[in-house]
Amino acid sequence: MNPTSPLVRVENLVKHFPVLRGLVIQHKVGAVRAVDGITFSIESGETLGLVGESGCGKTTAGRTLLGLYPATDGTVTIDGHIVQHARGAELLAIRRKAQMIFQDPYASLNPRWTVNSIVGEPLRVHHLLPSEAERIDRVKELMSLVGLSGRLINRFPHEFSGGQRQRIGIARALASDPKFIVCDEPISALDVSIQAQVVNLLEDLQDRFGLTYLFIAHDLSMVRHICDRVAVMYLGVMVEMADRNELYEHPMHPYTKALLSSVPIPDPKKEKARRRTILAGDVPSPINPPEGCRFHPRCPIAEERCSSEVPLWHSASPGHWIACHKA
Amino acid sequence: MWAMVYGMPSTRAAGQFEAKLPMSTLLEVNELRTRFHTPEGIVYAVNGVSFQVDEGETLAVVGESGCGKSVSMLSILQLIPIPPGEIAGGTALYGSRDLLKMTEAEMMTIRGKEIAMIFQDPMTSLNPVLTIGHQITESLRVHTSLDRKAAEQKAAELLDTVGIPDAAHRLGDYPHQFSGGMRQRVMIAMALACGPSLLIADEPTTALDVTIQAQIVELVTKIRNEERMAVIWITHDLGVVAGIADRVNVMYAGFIVETAKVFSLYENPLHPYTNALIGALPRVDRRRDKRLKSISGAPPSLLVEPHGCPFAPRCDHVIERCRIETPQLLPVGEAHSVACWVNIHSKGPR
Repeated sequence: MNPTSPLVRVENLVKHFPVLRGLVIQHKVGAVRAVDGITFSIESGETLGLVGESGCGKTTAGRTLLGLYPATDGTVTIDGHIVQHARGAELLAIRRKAQMIFQDPYASLNPRWTVNSIVGEPLRVHHLLPSEAERIDRVKELMSLVGLSGRLINRFPHEFSGGQRQRIGIARALASDPKFIVCDEPISALDVSIQAQVVNLLEDLQDRFGLTYLFIAHDLSMVRHICDRVAVMYLGVMVEMADRNELYEHPMHPYTKALLSSVPIPDPKKEKARRRTILAGDVPSPINPPEGCRFHPRCPIAEERCSSEVPLWHSASPGHWIACHKA
Repeated sequence: MWAMVYGMPSTRAAGQFEAKLPMSTLLEVNELRTRFHTPEGIVYAVNGVSFQVDEGETLAVVGESGCGKSVSMLSILQLIPIPPGEIAGGTALYGSRDLLKMTEAEMMTIRGKEIAMIFQDPMTSLNPVLTIGHQITESLRVHTSLDRKAAEQKAAELLDTVGIPDAAHRLGDYPHQFSGGMRQRVMIAMALACGPSLLIADEPTTALDVTIQAQIVELVTKIRNEERMAVIWITHDLGVVAGIADRVNVMYAGFIVETAKVFSLYENPLHPYTNALIGALPRVDRRRDKRLKSISGAPPSLLVEPHGCPFAPRCDHVIERCRIETPQLLPVGEAHSVACWVNIHSKGPR
């Protein structure tokens, strides 16, 4: 494998969910175009932020990336393996290298399993440690890595707080010694004072193990803090991607601009003097997305061709990617 | 219609709303205590909370889950299920009358008419099997003498005020036919129906995306300014508070730990919890300079009767006294009070 090639490469990834009608004999009447052709790559050791509003396809993109949903089209290459072509042992190898942390720490842990079973599951599935005693030692080590006492190894998820449960989810993701972790809104269910704890933990673990993250979130302030590069999605497509400071200081796409201007700033002097761009209306349905540029019905600077021609995903300056006719 | 609406810059600089005279007190809450009797034991949800709201003012109540911010407001409106709930003490004076001593029949004349409330999740607080026209006119029919026709006319006007396009034709629609942001607009229209003098908004934008949140914040601000209505805005988002509030109450584990005007709270937070909370926030408008300052530990269990300062186990400035005696909320500056035994600037006792 070429040492300079990115750890994760996503090419024209598409995921459509069929819309079915009929109770007994079902037929397809349409498709939810959740992810509709996205292309990007993630370098080893980097954190890429994927942001957008609910329904923009960011979670579907994360899941399709790991092969949890079969892709409708396109390919994902993780550490030299093409996820869509992998079967059997190769797929298992990819699963070992690429893990996921989920949004809801209440729904993503089996309530009838102890921490030992939950965190030890990847060790058993991948046959990483043959003896029970070694596995228990490893689970305790993982627990201490995420700031939980090893004494709690036989407890059940309901005995932990939300922040602690998220730590269990992180320990489970680390168990198979992965290179790449998809963090799907890992902090949005947590209180502010706990969010900072979990974000600092994720950063420490990245430094220590050289992890690569895809950080899916809707909190743009936190994304600026934690991510090296940020990609913005709207209705299944990517509209802009750049280094974090470039994106936050010089946004080019009108959607990115509106999104950033909607984020409240915890400073009353700035906040009360702020002129914000408020978008009218709601995000249209991904079943019948608008023709041309998907943002054109809400766009303040749309012109004639925006409603007919799909803007190309191109590099406007080195490292700054955008899909807009006007930028 | 799809055009972009440019938000007017909010021109209420500091001096302007201080000049608004004279302000009279609309609601005064004293030593409110609410508990819940559960199979696990007594939950001490609100532990002696005192505050006031002036006419036309926006008070933000900030805190994390379980800090008692919603329960204290629900208690004031007697919306706590009793049992398991119990209002163990306190008064809530609205004008000269104590809301906590009112009968259900008396409360019916207050709720929706004088004090209206909107909730976090507009899907579960709207009735899914009734049209929104029916739900808005209900409060008009109960509290005013309008007949059905006139009430429907008024409902259409209200929907128009909150920015729902084609209002008259949407009265016959059901809640599921509206998006999340539009449902919250419907809730606001219902709350405004009888021209309340106080609107309690319980995390109205938490379930919404940021661009929709910006729409709702702008709408409530506009209506508040036009109707001169007081607003209590409950939230955990210190960013939203900075934009909307005149004054802020910070709550922790059923106590108000700090109260101040919004500018002095952010410039000079005096309670270690407020200070840490503001420090734990990343900023969208600033480059990252260092790691986030996190607050170690987790909020205390509410099943234990509070003893000493509730924040003491997580506090960097803790002294012996904090673990023994619960600090009172005492004034430390103009309209600025804090419940802490320590002066976090001099690091000595207050």
